[in-house]
Amino acid sequence: MSLDSPKEPAIELVGIDKKFGTVHANKNINLTVAKGSIHGIIGENGAGKSTLMSILYGFYQADHGEIRISGKPVTIRDSQAAIAVGIGMVHQHFMLVENFTVLENVMLGAEGGQLLAKGVASARKELKRLEDDYGLEVDPDGIIEELPVGSQQRVEILKALYRGADILILDEPTGVLTPPEADHLFKVLRVLRDQGKTIILITHKLREIMAITDTVSVMRRGEMVATRKTAETTVEELAELMVGRRVLLHVEKGAANPGAVLMSVRNLTVKDSRGVTMVDDVSFDVRAGEIVGIAGVAGNGQSELLEAIAGIRKPSSGEIFIDGKPVAGVDPAGLRDLGLAHIPEDRHHMGLVLKFEEYENSILGYHRDPRYGRGPFLDLDAMRKDAEEKIAKYDIRPPNPRLRTANFSGGNQQKIVVAREIERDPKMLIIGQPTRGVDIGAIEFIHKRIIEMRDAGKAVLLVSVELDEIRSLSDRILVMFAGKIVGEKSGEAGEQTLGLMMAGIAA
Amino acid sequence: MSTASVPLPAWINYGLIPLLNLILAFFFSGLVVWAIGESPFEALQLLLVGALGRGEGIGFTLFYTTSFIFTGLSVAVAIHAGLFNIGSEGQAYLGGLGAALVALAMDSYVPWYVTMPFAVIGAALFGAACAAIPAWLQAKRGSHIVITTIMFNFIVSSLMNYMLVRLLIVPGKMAPETRTFLPGGQLPKLDWLIAMFGGKIGAAPFNFSFLIALVMCFLVWVLIWRTKLGYEMRTLGISPTAASYAGIRYSRIVMITMLISGGLAGMMALNPVMGASARLQIEFVGGAGFVGIAVSLMGRNHPAGIILAALLFGILYQGGAELSFDMPGITRDMIVVIQGMVILFAGALEYMLRPSIVRLYQQLTGK
Repeated sequence: MSLDSPKEPAIELVGIDKKFGTVHANKNINLTVAKGSIHGIIGENGAGKSTLMSILYGFYQADHGEIRISGKPVTIRDSQAAIAVGIGMVHQHFMLVENFTVLENVMLGAEGGQLLAKGVASARKELKRLEDDYGLEVDPDGIIEELPVGSQQRVEILKALYRGADILILDEPTGVLTPPEADHLFKVLRVLRDQGKTIILITHKLREIMAITDTVSVMRRGEMVATRKTAETTVEELAELMVGRRVLLHVEKGAANPGAVLMSVRNLTVKDSRGVTMVDDVSFDVRAGEIVGIAGVAGNGQSELLEAIAGIRKPSSGEIFIDGKPVAGVDPAGLRDLGLAHIPEDRHHMGLVLKFEEYENSILGYHRDPRYGRGPFLDLDAMRKDAEEKIAKYDIRPPNPRLRTANFSGGNQQKIVVAREIERDPKMLIIGQPTRGVDIGAIEFIHKRIIEMRDAGKAVLLVSVELDEIRSLSDRILVMFAGKIVGEKSGEAGEQTLGLMMAGIAA
Repeated sequence: MSTASVPLPAWINYGLIPLLNLILAFFFSGLVVWAIGESPFEALQLLLVGALGRGEGIGFTLFYTTSFIFTGLSVAVAIHAGLFNIGSEGQAYLGGLGAALVALAMDSYVPWYVTMPFAVIGAALFGAACAAIPAWLQAKRGSHIVITTIMFNFIVSSLMNYMLVRLLIVPGKMAPETRTFLPGGQLPKLDWLIAMFGGKIGAAPFNFSFLIALVMCFLVWVLIWRTKLGYEMRTLGISPTAASYAGIRYSRIVMITMLISGGLAGMMALNPVMGASARLQIEFVGGAGFVGIAVSLMGRNHPAGIILAALLFGILYQGGAELSFDMPGITRDMIVVIQGMVILFAGALEYMLRPSIVRLYQQLTGK
C-alpha cells in the first residue's frame, strides 16, 4: 500500500481552511489517503492535527474546502453524518460507560428498537463476527472499568466497526498504553488494514509512525508541509519537518556525581479519595546530583506519590524525609521553604491558573515572599520585573507578562512553570510529566534545564509516562506498577526490560 | 477555541456589550408595557424623570444605590474566592441588629461621628457572624455554601422577628421596631452633596453611608488585586487544585472570605437603619441582598462595575416606584418584571450577543 497504489483514495481533503478568530488553525490543507492503508499525521501541539480530524468527524465545519469519501463529495455536519459515510473515531480519552459491559457499550446509540432483547442477540452475533475477523478478542460481558486499558481501547475500535466504519481515525492511541499493549494495538491495526480498512493515526511519537504507517503527513502551524512514504523517510527528516529546524533528539549528559541523600521515602502508603490504595509501601532515596526516574504506565500510583511528596495529598502511613527531617504533614508552602520545588504533572489544573496573567503565575506558590511585596500587599512592579527576567532567560513567547496564561502555547506554559520552580534555586526538584503536550523545541530546552539542575548538585525526582524521556534523563530508574516499586534499573536499562516491568510481568 | 476566548478591547467588553444588553432589556420591557396598553416611551420617560429628574428623586436613587453597593460588594468578594454567597440578605438583616444595638447604646451620650465607627464595626461583626457558620460548614464539612446561606436567610428572619416582637419592641407599642434613635445614633443626610449639583434633597434619605460604601469599594479593590490574601482568594476561586499546589489553605481562605463578605453585607444595614428610618424595623432589607447578586454579576465583580450596576438598579427602584404611582396600568409587580428583564439580559444572558459582536469586530478590523 503506497502513494502510487492503483486503489482509489478513501479520503480526499481539498483546500480545507479553518479559522478560529485570529487563529488560522488549518491553512488550505490537501490530503489524500489511499484505501486500505495506514496513514500517519504528525505535528507538534497546536499544529492543527486535531482541528483537521475534528472537521473530518463533523465537530467543526471548515470555512472553505471539500471532503470527498471514496471520490464522492460529502458534507459532514456532525458525528452522526460521519458515521453514516463510514468514518469512525477512537478518541484519546475513551468515550465508554464505565459500569456497562462491553456489549452494552458497543450497542449504545445503536440499540435497534424499543425493546433490548432482540438487539442484544443480534449485537452479540455481530460482535462475535467482528472479533473473529479482526482478532479483537474482548469478553462481551466484561464490565468496562474492570478491563485493562488496552482492552478498553479495543472496545472503542469495536464500537466504530460495529457502526460500519471503513475509515478509522485514532487520536494519540498509545498515550495510555504500555509498550506491549501498544504492540498489540499495532497488530490489530495491521489486520484491519489488510482486511481493507483505512486508518488515520494521529500521533506526536515519531517511532510509532515509523513502526506502523504506510504513508505519513507532517503538519506545522496549520499547514500540511509534507507527505512521505514511511519507507522512504527517516525520524530525523520528520522531526525537522515538524519543528522547521534541526533538533537534537538525544539528550547529552555526562556521568552523574551523586552526593548525600536529600530526599527519602520510607514505607509510604497513599490512598486516593475513594480509599483505594494507590501507593503501596514504597521506599527509595534520591541523592544530590542525580536524577531518579519513575517509569510506569499512567495510573499506577505515580501521580499520588508525587502529590504526597509535594505535600498536596496526605499519606495514610509511612514517612518522607527531606534533608533528614520528617516532613509528612508539612503543607506545600512549608516544603517550598525547605527547598523543595515541584513541577506538577498537570500544568493546566495545578501548575498554573490559566485565567491569570503570566506575571501572576510566575509567583504562584512563592507569592508570600517579601520580594513580591511588603506585608500583606503585592508589589505589581516587582512581580512584573521578575516575570520579565524569567521570560527573557527562558525565551517564553510571546514575551508579554500581561498576557493571559491560557493564550500561551503548551510549551511556553510549561516554560513558565519550569522557570518559576528552577529560578528559586531549590535543593530538590520533583517533576511530573515535564514535557507532556510540549513541542519538540521546548522539550529539548526543558531537558537541558533538568540536566543542569542535576549537574548543580540538586536531587531530582522525575515521573514520566514517556519511557524515552525517563531513559534519556534518569541516572537510576524505578519502575512502578500497581502502586509498588517493582524494580530498580540503571539509566541504561533496555526498553524491553522496562516495558515488561511496567506491565507487571517481570521484575 | 470558541469566540468566548477571543480578546476584545475593553470599551467593547465593558462598555458596548453591557449597553446593548441594557437596550435589549428595555426593548423587551417596552414590549410588555405596550402589551398591557400603555405607551413604552412615556413609561421610560416617567421612569427616568422619576429617578433622575429632581434632587429628591436623585436622593432616593442614590439611597437605594448605597444599599446595592454594599450587597454587591459582599457577593463579589465571595465570588472571587469561588463562593456563591446567597446569604447577603440574611447577613444584612443581622447586621442591622449590630448597628441598632450600638446606636441604642450610644446615641444618648455621644454625637453621630463617635457612634458611627462603632456602628460600622457592629454591623460588620453581626453580618460576619451570620456568615461564619455556613463558612465553617463549607470549609470543614463540605456543606454547600449556597444551601447553607439560603437556610441562614430564614434563620435570621425568624430570629429577628423574635428579637423585634419580644425583646426590642417599645413597650406598649404595636409596631415590631426599636425606639427611634436620637441624633447621636443617626447618620446625617448628604443634602450638601445634592445641593452642590443644584438640587434639593427633600425627603430623600440619602445619607453618609453612601461615602462609607465608596470607601469600601476602594478597600475591596485593594484587597482583591493588591494584596497577597486577594491573590490567594482569586487563585482558589479560579482553580482549587492550583491553590492546593501553591500551599493555599482552603479552609482558611473560605473562612476569611466569607467573614469579609458577611461583614460587607452587614454594613448595608447602616443605610436604612441609621441613615433613613433611625430605628430597626422588621424586614428592612427588602430584597437588597438578592439584588446584590445581580449587581455583582452585572458589574463583573469589580467595584467600579458594581457602583455603576448599583446605580442602574437604584434608578430602576426609584424610577419604578414613581412609574407605578403615575401610571395606574403599571403595578408594583410590573416593575419587578422590568427589573427581572434587566437581570436576565445583563446577567444571565450576558454572553448572548458576544459571539456575533466578536464576528462583527473581526470583520471590521479585518483580522
